Amino acid sequence: MTWLSITVAGILTYFTRMTMIALVRRDLLGEKIKAVLAYVPSAVFPAIIFPAIFINDYGSYIEMNDPKIFGALVAIIVGYFSRNVIATIFSGLLSYWIIIFVFLS
Amino acid sequence: MLSKKQLFSRGMLDIAPHMLSVIPFGIICGAIGVDLGFNPYLVYAMSIIIFGGASQIVFLQLLSGGASSLVAVTSVGVINSRHLLYGAVLSEYLEKLSFIKKLLISYVVVDQGFAESNKFFKKNKTEQYLHYHLLGTGITMWVCWQIATLAGIILGSFVPEELGLKFAIPLTFIAIVVQDLKKIDHVIVMLVCGISSLLFFEAPFKSYILISPVIALFVAALLLRLKK
Repeated sequence: MTWLSITVAGILTYFTRMTMIALVRRDLLGEKIKAVLAYVPSAVFPAIIFPAIFINDYGSYIEMNDPKIFGALVAIIVGYFSRNVIATIFSGLLSYWIIIFVFLS
Repeated sequence: MLSKKQLFSRGMLDIAPHMLSVIPFGIICGAIGVDLGFNPYLVYAMSIIIFGGASQIVFLQLLSGGASSLVAVTSVGVINSRHLLYGAVLSEYLEKLSFIKKLLISYVVVDQGFAESNKFFKKNKTEQYLHYHLLGTGITMWVCWQIATLAGIILGSFVPEELGLKFAIPLTFIAIVVQDLKKIDHVIVMLVCGISSLLFFEAPFKSYILISPVIALFVAALLLRLKK
């Protein structure tokens, strides 16, 4: 039963990937829609970023002094000026670790 | 004009930094599946059949929490529906491919790969073999995801939980969108999406991940109209 569910979930997922690339002709999308699509990264990724920072493992909002907020702010500043993915991730993790291991332990 | 090989390597190079978060996350995903008591073969098969990080964890957590298969499958479908948007953006650059090639390349479209290839595509529209960049990012993600989840399944969560490496996931996506903070319209769209995701977090089937982009794109459409 679980195998069947995984297979169905896999087929569904594949369709979400394939439909717009292989089945829908680009010409069907008007110029206005194409212009809006330029915002897709900005309109999608915050829905992954915000809950991962502001909601904890138990589904409730974190406190304003949570180290993840500090880590994210450092990552944003470093990322903005360095334009470097590794520096962004590392600075965020490092500042988060410094707070939880040095200040909170 | 870049060769196919050059474009493929460029894709690999562009996606490589994201492995800093993808590999720990994959290890955690594999380890969680086994911890929840699922058959290791089943946990691994998901990495091939579904190949979608967060949705794999949600699927197993729902089932082990007693949810019905229907709820678990629906949630995976809803979480992964964001790929429809990625496909709509990428289709502009993949138009010339044959139907079979479109079917094959679709399998490797993932968040980070889409984001990095889309950035490259926008700057290099005239390249003939653009899709090789997407293959480079997608196949690199696929291989690393397989190795990482497999490692988590076999070795358990050897990444210490105290390190909080799950935090690397939002950081990876911050790295992807941070340069767009220069543009005020993008900042508004990002805030609308982020705040909506918190407001709708409790909506059924994890649908916040679909609702918030729809609201944000609607706001983007309004902003475009105001700009004119």
